[in-house]
Amino acid sequence: MAESTTVKKKRVGYKLLVEPRLNPPPGWYPLVVSIGAIVFGLFLGGILIAFAGGDPIRSYQHIAKASFGDIGVLSDTLVKATPIMLTALACAVAFRMKLWNIGAEGQFIMGAFAASAIVLTPVLSAETPRWLFITVMILAGMAGGAFWGFIPGYLKAKLNVNEIITTLMMNYIAVAWVNFWIFGVWSEGGFQMSPKFPETAWLPRLLDYAKSLPSLRGLTTHGGILIAISVAIILWMVLNRSRWGYEIRLIGDNPQAAKYAGINIQKNIIYVMMLSGALAGLGGMSEVTGVIHRLQTSPLAAGYGFTGIIVAWLAKLNPLVIIPVSILFGALILAGREIQPSGVPKMIQGIILVSLIASDFLLRYRIRIVRVEA
Amino acid sequence: MSSGLIYTSSLILSGKNLIYTYCRSSRLTQTFSSPPDTPLAVEMRGIVKRFPGVLANDHVDFELKAGEIHALLGENGAGKSTLMNVLAGLYRQETGTIHVHGKQVEFHSPRDAINAGIGMVHQHFMLVPSQTVTENILLGLDTPRFFMRLPEYDAKIAAMGEQFGLIVDPRAKIWQLSVGEQQRVELLKLLYRGANVLIMDEPTAVLAPQEIDGLFGILRSMVAQGKSVIFISHKLQEVTAIADRVSVLRRGVSTASGVPSRGVSRQELARLMVGRDVVFTVDKTPGKPGDVVLDVKDIHAENDKGLPALRGFSLNVRAGEIVGVAGVAGNGQSELAQVITGLRPCKQGQVTLRGEQVSNRNTLFGIQHGMAYVPEDRTRVGSAPNLSVTDNVIMKNFRLPPISHGGMLDMTAANKLANDLKLAYDIIVPNVATPVRLLSGGNLQRVILAREISGKPDFMVAVQPTRGLDVGAIEGVHQLLLAQREAGAGILLVSEELEELLSLSDRVYVIYEGKVMGEIQVGQVEPDQSLIETIGLMMTGTPLDQIRKEEVGAHG
Amino acid sequence: MDPIIILQAGVATGTVLLFATIGEIFAERSGVMNLGVEGMMLIGAMTAFSTTIATGNPWLGVFAAMLAAGLLSQIHAFITITLQADQVVSGLALTFLGIGISLVLGEGLSKAGTVSLLPSFSIPVLSQIPILGPIFFTKQNVLVYIGYVFIPLAWFYINRTRPGMHLRAVGEYPSAADALGINVFKQRYLYVFVGGLLAGLAGATISLAVSPGWFSELTTAGQGWIAVGLVIFAQWDPVRAAFGAYAFGALRRLILDIQGPTILLGLANPFYYNPYWGFFLQMLPYAFTIIVLVIGSREAIRKRIGAPAALGIPYIRGERGK
Repeated sequence: MAESTTVKKKRVGYKLLVEPRLNPPPGWYPLVVSIGAIVFGLFLGGILIAFAGGDPIRSYQHIAKASFGDIGVLSDTLVKATPIMLTALACAVAFRMKLWNIGAEGQFIMGAFAASAIVLTPVLSAETPRWLFITVMILAGMAGGAFWGFIPGYLKAKLNVNEIITTLMMNYIAVAWVNFWIFGVWSEGGFQMSPKFPETAWLPRLLDYAKSLPSLRGLTTHGGILIAISVAIILWMVLNRSRWGYEIRLIGDNPQAAKYAGINIQKNIIYVMMLSGALAGLGGMSEVTGVIHRLQTSPLAAGYGFTGIIVAWLAKLNPLVIIPVSILFGALILAGREIQPSGVPKMIQGIILVSLIASDFLLRYRIRIVRVEA
Repeated sequence: MSSGLIYTSSLILSGKNLIYTYCRSSRLTQTFSSPPDTPLAVEMRGIVKRFPGVLANDHVDFELKAGEIHALLGENGAGKSTLMNVLAGLYRQETGTIHVHGKQVEFHSPRDAINAGIGMVHQHFMLVPSQTVTENILLGLDTPRFFMRLPEYDAKIAAMGEQFGLIVDPRAKIWQLSVGEQQRVELLKLLYRGANVLIMDEPTAVLAPQEIDGLFGILRSMVAQGKSVIFISHKLQEVTAIADRVSVLRRGVSTASGVPSRGVSRQELARLMVGRDVVFTVDKTPGKPGDVVLDVKDIHAENDKGLPALRGFSLNVRAGEIVGVAGVAGNGQSELAQVITGLRPCKQGQVTLRGEQVSNRNTLFGIQHGMAYVPEDRTRVGSAPNLSVTDNVIMKNFRLPPISHGGMLDMTAANKLANDLKLAYDIIVPNVATPVRLLSGGNLQRVILAREISGKPDFMVAVQPTRGLDVGAIEGVHQLLLAQREAGAGILLVSEELEELLSLSDRVYVIYEGKVMGEIQVGQVEPDQSLIETIGLMMTGTPLDQIRKEEVGAHG
Repeated sequence: MDPIIILQAGVATGTVLLFATIGEIFAERSGVMNLGVEGMMLIGAMTAFSTTIATGNPWLGVFAAMLAAGLLSQIHAFITITLQADQVVSGLALTFLGIGISLVLGEGLSKAGTVSLLPSFSIPVLSQIPILGPIFFTKQNVLVYIGYVFIPLAWFYINRTRPGMHLRAVGEYPSAADALGINVFKQRYLYVFVGGLLAGLAGATISLAVSPGWFSELTTAGQGWIAVGLVIFAQWDPVRAAFGAYAFGALRRLILDIQGPTILLGLANPFYYNPYWGFFLQMLPYAFTIIVLVIGSREAIRKRIGAPAALGIPYIRGERGK
């Protein structure tokens, strides 16, 4: 039965009816609504840019050119997309279980830290073969992130402590922790960064192969993108084709039903937070070995964790959709660096997210205009 | 005085089997007229109230005399709460009139009813736990304007409490009060707003025995001061103890109206409440019960509020039989099912499934040892609304082949299972990828039954399996349960539909306030009036041995 | 490392948290969780600063800040109350939005130079009281004094007035409130707005009083999030919130001061000789917030009261006649 509310009365004879949907909207509807939300967001963003004295059309054109204009910038876009993809995957798996992991930022940083520790302590010497180095760093990065996710996960599972705030606080703690090590222990010549990693600890980049394929010259896309895409595919398989993924989805949709089905919710909270942290940590490892090549705070604490949240939500928590969406956002961030005013990309992200959330309403309710006898 | 017996019979063709239904109904259509000059506080005539799929009130008449305590008796679903909700302004009737003190009224909201002097205390109190008594009483009113001036109002309310015998500390917070005290707050809330007619919905359901006496004292005191009380209940002892007159509703129809409580026996009331239609199926094969599958021994358990829900309950179920649990909702049935399936701890006692303990153990154990559970709440417990039919169907067997191998799910096998079940159980859905929140109640129940039954369980708990379903769907569910019984499973059937229990069960236990009132062999015997009566008496609080004693006494 | 100075500074910086926390308490008491406090605070700080530059009047800046943040909060209100979307995600989105808009519109503010601030002063007689005088009543900003008065007012409003009682009912048991004629939706919109106003005030307190200036995102440095955590620690009570806010303020000052002296508690000060250990001190406020949350959660479990019962759940008018 529809519950109708009179939202607006236009003169005599018309009424706006808002009713809950009884049937699912047609398949294309969610996509159209999402795109509509993005367009609306961009439009609104443009208005605000104009209000702040910028030129919206020029800004957007610039973004398009600066991110997809030629192969060089496309490569840069992919580089920017890699960490975003991994943090978005981290957020997606947690959000699927209604675990609000806002700490992807901190888990990212701790992953970078753990991977760097392998190089800087050093656990492995600079002569170690590259494949071993990278493998160990991958494991370390995931472990670091997993640990950082475990703490809030445990608190939530055992004491029902709000994970939004704990994960958030862990972000700030992570930054301070890494700063300590950079400034106090591993500082190179008093600068705010660690020594550069030996080349055996770098993720391979396309330009490394420029000697055999000259067209690859200058392309900084690195192995991280392969890691990220593989993780996306694996995560999709885990969520939709594995027993564990089924449990995660069931808990996320109806914890009571999950209990009824005999699933242990507490354990899953901890495991999923650890998985989420591990993925974000992997992102940190990839960034530090593929791009920065040293441990340095400011390029690491660049907000990838938060962008990941938006990307995950935009992709409706689907790992495969996260791939193109992260590339889109990579473009936004890359080009956004040169846009005045500099807060524009962040603002556009925020507007898009708000529009998206608001537009979800249209998927659950429909609006009809009905003639009414006076 | 007049009375009539109505005979109807109807033939229902169903599926492969012919089920003959004989309906016999009796109705006490006499209305004892009392001294004609006692004014009527409330007069309801011809009330009709419909909800999707059910006629809750079918041309019901009801009269309340000023200064009396009038009990409204009936089972769940009889329509008594609905009727009173209409009177209290929560629902609007389709047709019918209401007169208060001779004047016709139309209520559009509870506020209108309160303004006319009618107020209702619901079964679930509408009290804000963290606020004080006074604050709750003043909630929603326009005075005091801004500053609460609590001490002043505390005193006012204490005075009012004294006047009516509703003693409670106005400064106490609701969560600190006992249930009986909270009930008094609800009454004060109504009295403060000037109510003269007080409707109480199952007021003793949550009270301890001593508190019940207290409540009765209060009701008598209020009546002495000119108030009138309507008392909804299913407990015969109390009704005969406190009420001046009784009305009985069954299936939306009034079977007795305004009968003085002294002038009618409990047996008659029980029959009026419970025993109008008798339906039995001819095609139930004789039971061949095997070994005991489920043994419930002396269970003590609490409900969510921390009050005792099961007080030493025992029963057993054997393979190949259906054991029914009859009783009015709220007497511990839900908690019983939850203890058996491991969803609720029990403080004392034990439940064993084929000898292995399943109580106080995680739910997975029961599932892995052949226990199926069709829960009361289809949407909140039994299914995941946004997941597909396939996902819902594999909820119990996703850990095993062929649905999963190692850690990975085989979606082809899962979808095949879903499609097979869709055909076998007649689930109407565009495809198995549809989210189940879009399914109708009947279809959702078919999904759940399909899931639970296809696992070939040794034992199944089914709670209210046909609630909210249409006749055809109910038929289908009954067939499925009987088929399971044939296949040798033991089934515990908890239901508020007495006919359902009687036609399906081999044995029936009656639960009342967390205890077993008695166990009755049903089986092949055609349920007769005295059986119905006996069960009715048990459902309203009389233990079986006492009934037998009274029978002997009456005939001896 | 003068304890008086630390507490005095603590009260000053704590006032920021005070306004933000109490604002969120109002919103959450009505049943709506607004995680966008950080974004609203930043908008408040930016608006206060830029308005003051434009008009030269810091009070106008405060007023504009409150209004701006209040308007932002209504977006969240609309999405969560009317559209019934998830409150957590909407709050996060609001934070991004607030931060983003602040950065865009606040571009160039950091180069704006000096700006007239809100006055600071001492209160004549009260500042002479030993210990309490120098801490609370000496050379504090006017907003700090407003904060003192605000605490009992907020407490009194919530607990001893009729509208406050309705507020609590709406957050605890909205269907009961609805049945008694209180408009749940209107109440929630109102108190989300109040939360926005106060978050804006908190932001203005930063940029016009406590840490004057505009430093992009660093202006708020996560205090909005700490405020959300403090709400839980405060068990949704303004007085307890004040205690927490001032304690956190003092902690931040302590962290700065503790690195100064060469001798600490009779021993060589490790923070002086190892300056990088200061980073561990930086962690303290955030680690403390977690500890405070754990304490608050355990108390809530024990006492069986705690969060407003309907917090986070969109209110849907129950179907009349199911």
